[in-house]
Amino acid sequence: MHVSLHQIARARSGDKGASANIGVVARSPNLYIYLLKVLTSERVAGHFSGLGVGKVTRFELPNLMAMNFVLTNVLGDGGGSLSLRSDAQGKALGQAMLEMQLDLPDELSSALVAETKED
Amino acid sequence: MATAPDILRIGNAQGFWGDRPEGPAALVAQSPDLDYLTLDYLAEVSMSILAKQRQRDPEAGYARDFLEVVSSMAPVWKAGRPLRLVTNAGGLNPAACARAARAILREAGCKGLTIGIVTGDDVLDELNRSPDKYPHLETGRALSEVRSSLVTGSAYIGAGSIVEALSQGAQLIVTGRVADPSLVVGPCLYHFGWKADDYDRIAGATVAGHLIECGVQVTGGISTDWLNIPGVDDIGFPIVEVSGDGSCVVTKPRGTGGRVDRATVTEQLVYEIGDPENYLSPDATVSFGQLRLAEDGENRIRVTGARGRPPPESYKVSGTYRAGYRAAGTLVVFGRGATEKARRCGQMVLNRLAAAGMTPQRSLVECLGSGDAVKGVATSAPIEVVLRIAISDPRREVVEYFTRQLMPLVTAGPPGTTGYADGRPSVREEFGYWPTLVRREVVRPVVEIIET
Repeated sequence: MHVSLHQIARARSGDKGASANIGVVARSPNLYIYLLKVLTSERVAGHFSGLGVGKVTRFELPNLMAMNFVLTNVLGDGGGSLSLRSDAQGKALGQAMLEMQLDLPDELSSALVAETKED
Repeated sequence: MATAPDILRIGNAQGFWGDRPEGPAALVAQSPDLDYLTLDYLAEVSMSILAKQRQRDPEAGYARDFLEVVSSMAPVWKAGRPLRLVTNAGGLNPAACARAARAILREAGCKGLTIGIVTGDDVLDELNRSPDKYPHLETGRALSEVRSSLVTGSAYIGAGSIVEALSQGAQLIVTGRVADPSLVVGPCLYHFGWKADDYDRIAGATVAGHLIECGVQVTGGISTDWLNIPGVDDIGFPIVEVSGDGSCVVTKPRGTGGRVDRATVTEQLVYEIGDPENYLSPDATVSFGQLRLAEDGENRIRVTGARGRPPPESYKVSGTYRAGYRAAGTLVVFGRGATEKARRCGQMVLNRLAAAGMTPQRSLVECLGSGDAVKGVATSAPIEVVLRIAISDPRREVVEYFTRQLMPLVTAGPPGTTGYADGRPSVREEFGYWPTLVRREVVRPVVEIIET
């Protein structure tokens, strides 16, 4: 099933000097295992290529079903304070991350559909 | 120090300078058993704004908004409530901030209240003296490149001075650039009598501080599922109930809006962090890797398992330097092909600047509404966009000239150009950020006590 990351994870982002971080939290343990496989730092770098992102580093927090992505220098030299962007501090990057489109395996898809029906 | 309490209740009602003015008084009224109120006013570049204010007036240079909070707290203290308040509102001038607070409290009839002032974080002189020692932490650039424009240099000092002020009986503590989580760590160290190398417990308190330092971000604010968060009109400011072992429960006052659950707490745990195994603070280096969250009743999440190691040998320093001038202006473009029209409109302004010999050093055109805020992730072709043009240049006259180039688009630009009621954008001074490290022994935190 075709899903957006929004359906299977939460995210929050902010600045760290000239870099930004995006925390991604899976909505269930099975989805976390899946996201560990597909949400590679390369894939995230590709997703944000329009921003001219260089290095992306992924950190894992299985105890929280979370991953943290650090996008080095994505806010430009001099950091958020010199950025001319509306989103000078990377607050929108989390929402942008959740727009990523994924092909969810069938077994996870059916679980997701069942959950949505319960809601 | 009296016997150690079982639990210390510490709230935060100001996540940044500009947060809800009613926050502190509301939180204090809603939580009669609150032991500490912490208020965070300082961000990376706030210091440069304060430096400008202090240049004009030597008694300025702190977050003046805090004085309104002091007024609202006066009746609480006058009534004899033992609540203590720890804030970094002092900015570049904690002593002046504390004196202004004292004047307000005296006026309000609060007698015998002890105020602690923490200074010593200002390392600007040291940066100026030995620029070679302070390269940019991220780029490695030499400080000599910007030294003549350096405005502030503040070390993120730790909880030690807060502990000292508390042991001298301070009920209100005004600091400069203390690390945000240290506002929570200080009270915990003091009341629980932890040793300075009780790193796991200090790590727990640091996590508690990290969770509440941005106010309502942990109680539902900016949550991914924000549309399902109840009662955001009256979202409650957070409280951590810290135990003697360093674990805590994150919660909010009964009857307030918002929500505290696994999702809101987890999102805030990962907010603005780097390597979660090495969360650096001046009190401890913290590992998030063993943290456990557990439900502990409605709007209550217990956080356990923080692990700590000794803090880095150096303090992080946040420096700022004058980088030039900037302005940003917006117009609304409505109609078929709005994005394309707005983009050409933006280019038209930049071309006109170039023709006048006023090409800015840096410029950016965004068509907000089309997906430009995060370029390249998602695009759409909306019927309207906000055209935003931002430029920056060391020459003020270039930026001034730019601010006069937007209005003409109302007649010369595409049809449906509107939204110009706010007039010309204003020219602002621009500050760059200079993170660096300073050896601990160079920084000498000082605690001063005054009475109302």
